[in-house]
Amino acid sequence: MPNDDKIKKVSIIVSRGSLEGVYPGLIMANGARMEGIDANLFFTFFGLHAIAKKKMNKIKIATVGNPALCVPTPLGSGMPTWMGAIPGMSWIATAMMKKEMEKIDIPPVDEFIEMIHDAGGKIYACKATVDMFKLAPQDFCPQVDKVLTVGEFYEMSAGAQIIFT
Amino acid sequence: MSQKQIAGVTIDVDDEGYMTNHAQWNRDVADALAKEEGIDLTEGHWKVLDFIDKDFKEKSAVPGMRRINKIGGIETKQLYSLFPGGPIKKAARIAGYPKPVSCV
Repeated sequence: MPNDDKIKKVSIIVSRGSLEGVYPGLIMANGARMEGIDANLFFTFFGLHAIAKKKMNKIKIATVGNPALCVPTPLGSGMPTWMGAIPGMSWIATAMMKKEMEKIDIPPVDEFIEMIHDAGGKIYACKATVDMFKLAPQDFCPQVDKVLTVGEFYEMSAGAQIIFT
Repeated sequence: MSQKQIAGVTIDVDDEGYMTNHAQWNRDVADALAKEEGIDLTEGHWKVLDFIDKDFKEKSAVPGMRRINKIGGIETKQLYSLFPGGPIKKAARIAGYPKPVSCV
């Protein structure tokens, strides 16, 4: 039952551009909206790939330097870390993971962003990163509401829980 | 677990008000449960409720946002405007099904 301590608003920062870096933020933002919680998503540094038209559907699992990586199931036998550097490994791991995600109805990045936006979640890009990567408005997916400075991000996060991923 | 009187029948509900025995559900119960959420059921709402009903009978689970969209043919925006502030949870409760367990 609802109580007064209920979280009313979250601001989620997505700072990484790998599959395991991007999805938790998207799932949390969508989950917030499903609970009736206001959600802002702020994409910064390589996290910006999740809202860049050319990059958003090419996001991959980082296989190098990831000792938790296992095949074929997350609790199966581990994989020597050096194998992560074999050409194509990231592609294979990503394809396998995406198949599992599809089974539990987790959408591809572009569709997920659209779903969150349609659900009333706000999508923001970090100004410093946009300048650094020399990006233009047409490089982004249409759901991006605005490019924000850090100051503006804090302003619109008033009263929100800020979550950094 | 408790019982409550609604729309002239007795229903079993859990601590959060979700029905635990779907056999006790009918459309009048749905109307009354919706009123508790401040919703007057329209044809648009029934499209969602009927899809949840059909899908639950097939899959034994309340469908997630994406399934309601892709298979049920209901747009995400519309779902949020029909059931503001927690669409799937509210729709599942009104449809007489348990609290949804999916994250997406």
